[in-house]
Amino acid sequence: MAKRPKPYGLLAEYETAAQLYHACEKVRDAGYAAWDAHTPFPVHGLEKAMGLRGSIIPYIVAVMGFSGAGLGFLLQWWTSTIAYPLIISAKPYNSYPAFVPVTFELGILLGAFGAVFGMLGINRLPQLYHSLFNSHRFARFSDDRFFISIEARDPKYDAARTRKLLESTGAAAVEEVED
Amino acid sequence: MSHYIQPQHEHDQDPLEGRTALVQGGMSYHDITETVAHRIDNPHKAWWIAFMISLSFLGLFGLSVGYLLWEGIGIWGHNNPVMWAWPIVNFVFWVGIGHAGTLISAILFLFRQKWRTSINRAAEAMTIFAVICALMFPTIHVGRVWLLYWALPIPNQMEMWPNFRSPLLWDVFAVSTYFTVSLLFWYVGLIPDLATMRDRAKTRIRQVVYGIFALGWRGSHRHWVNYEAAYLLLAAMAAPLVLSVHSIVSFDFAVSQLPGWHTTIFPPYFVAGAIFSGFAMVLTLLIPCRVWFGLEQMITIKHLENMAKIILLTGTMVGYAYALEFFIAWYSGNPLETFVFINRAFGDYWWAYWIMVSCNVITPQFIWSKRLRRNPMVLFVLSIFVNIGMWFERFVITVTSLHHDFLPSSWDYFVPTMWDWTTLLGSFGLFFTLFCLFARYLPMIAMSEVKGVMPQANPHYEGAASPPGRSPTGARGRSGVMASSHDSEGVPAEQSLSGSAKVVVGGGLPSTSRVREEDARATVDLAGEEEHAEKAEEAAKAAAADKPAAEPPSVPSGGAPVDTDFLFSPPSSKDKD
Repeated sequence: MAKRPKPYGLLAEYETAAQLYHACEKVRDAGYAAWDAHTPFPVHGLEKAMGLRGSIIPYIVAVMGFSGAGLGFLLQWWTSTIAYPLIISAKPYNSYPAFVPVTFELGILLGAFGAVFGMLGINRLPQLYHSLFNSHRFARFSDDRFFISIEARDPKYDAARTRKLLESTGAAAVEEVED
Repeated sequence: MSHYIQPQHEHDQDPLEGRTALVQGGMSYHDITETVAHRIDNPHKAWWIAFMISLSFLGLFGLSVGYLLWEGIGIWGHNNPVMWAWPIVNFVFWVGIGHAGTLISAILFLFRQKWRTSINRAAEAMTIFAVICALMFPTIHVGRVWLLYWALPIPNQMEMWPNFRSPLLWDVFAVSTYFTVSLLFWYVGLIPDLATMRDRAKTRIRQVVYGIFALGWRGSHRHWVNYEAAYLLLAAMAAPLVLSVHSIVSFDFAVSQLPGWHTTIFPPYFVAGAIFSGFAMVLTLLIPCRVWFGLEQMITIKHLENMAKIILLTGTMVGYAYALEFFIAWYSGNPLETFVFINRAFGDYWWAYWIMVSCNVITPQFIWSKRLRRNPMVLFVLSIFVNIGMWFERFVITVTSLHHDFLPSSWDYFVPTMWDWTTLLGSFGLFFTLFCLFARYLPMIAMSEVKGVMPQANPHYEGAASPPGRSPTGARGRSGVMASSHDSEGVPAEQSLSGSAKVVVGGGLPSTSRVREEDARATVDLAGEEEHAEKAEEAAKAAAADKPAAEPPSVPSGGAPVDTDFLFSPPSSKDKD
């Protein structure tokens, strides 16, 4: 128990999705950058209220999916014509119509890897420790409450003024979270 | 306990959509969490009974497979013309069952069928377990299990590669891809619910285990944006995947030259049959589970009814395929084809054929009656018949086509041995053991998704967190939901959020335009000049709602009259980051 740890930021609790939505609009308009909303389920349209950009996951999936399909075809072409050429049912070595199913499946497989691992990578998960978990109140984010967290590292952060902003948005409670 | 209230009729209405609410009984978000997680903390006695029975059948499976590995596949009833018998029948049966989960989670998701949220978790779990059972059969059927890796394109000292022109190899890729993608899809859906389980866990071990698998999920909306994009794309990829998998399974048959198998109708016919059997298995599992686990308010009669309708549709498609096969056998003028189909219906295996027809074609027709399809007991019995019928369909296709092949001197009659039976029964043990473990340790209903389709989850729903059916005024349903007063500005607002809200969106009526911000965004000019915007805050709000619609979400057009005390001027570059 040395010195008191520095604060991670402020955490505001809301009871409904609508309250959170309007509060996010206010925090966004106040110009904060290092802040976030925490909800039990994705609140639709909240990215607009928060001023977030769209996800880049679709591009990752497209690249991964097409490379999967391309590599899948290449594998079949190479093994059937170069590595192990065999005449089967009087078909040409490169009997590409027969290669369609595996090409398709491998495209889907790598696309799915891109979606899942891309999502985890962009979100920096797994991250088993996070300062917000220090708040007992925060545990209800996964049940029935909605939260906004504003980090102390935000240049606009000021403990008193930020707290006043959050309180003015109709928060049920505002508390400081330790880092 | 409210868990045992069984509403047979849906009373609660969704005030925003004007339809029967998907969650009945006026539950709040917290009620959902508690109802789903309750049985994980307090296992039902029935669970132990079900688990013990399943486990003993799993033991039977282990015994059968052990003896098979010791003795070889001669312990089964295969004979010379019927070289593909019991294991391939069981494989196709289980893979077919494994199709409903991804159909529910992917295709219904893409079609925005919100009722899927109550059943998709259990159905996806069922899919994964059914595919595990399915994969067992080709694995043990190859005889030398330890050489199974020959089917994979692995560089080896023999310098041999698999034959990519073979439908059996396509199957290896299709089913293993299907298993992997289904598992990923299921796990991604589980992450938010695992976080819920972590946050309400009482014991250390649960906190640690759920915590590890929840990956530190903290419901961040910056994460949700990527999560939802990934989920949507997984659904978009899983939808063609699920159709391709059973098509490829049908190629195992259709690509061969054998009459009775060599038909172009097989891929759609197999897919329809797979969906049919899969939904039947979902009903078989969920009808008892919704009672044992007290989930009647989330898996309502309406959900069962919707599934029954899909069973009716696909069952009728399967019936059509049976009829069409006979038509083509006659219309082709091919004597071998004609012989196979007459033999199928009236030959040695006539009993199997008519069990199949009565279970798959006649049974689902009872669903036309609304009274019957809203009765869980009736649906449960129907679903069992469909399961039996679909197993016999695969038996009929496989065995009747093979047992009288081109050479009459080699004709034979296939009879399963005891080990055939124990392996089949044992595979049910494997399936139900896995399902019991799932029901015991993981939330059976996708809690976060169910919460997300409740009316109060919509940010345009300005009422209290209390559910629509139990509004403070005591009024219920679409006519009486009032927005309560804890509005973000603290301005008391008395707005009717009834079914007319829908009309409001279209017509742009002024008084409720702030309720629907999308609408306010679309008709912001109107909102700016109307008389209801006399309050400065109202105007600011409309402007704020307008802002995201403008392409760069940076410069708010008119947030002027708001308290500038705490509203700093927004830096346009920061906001974009």
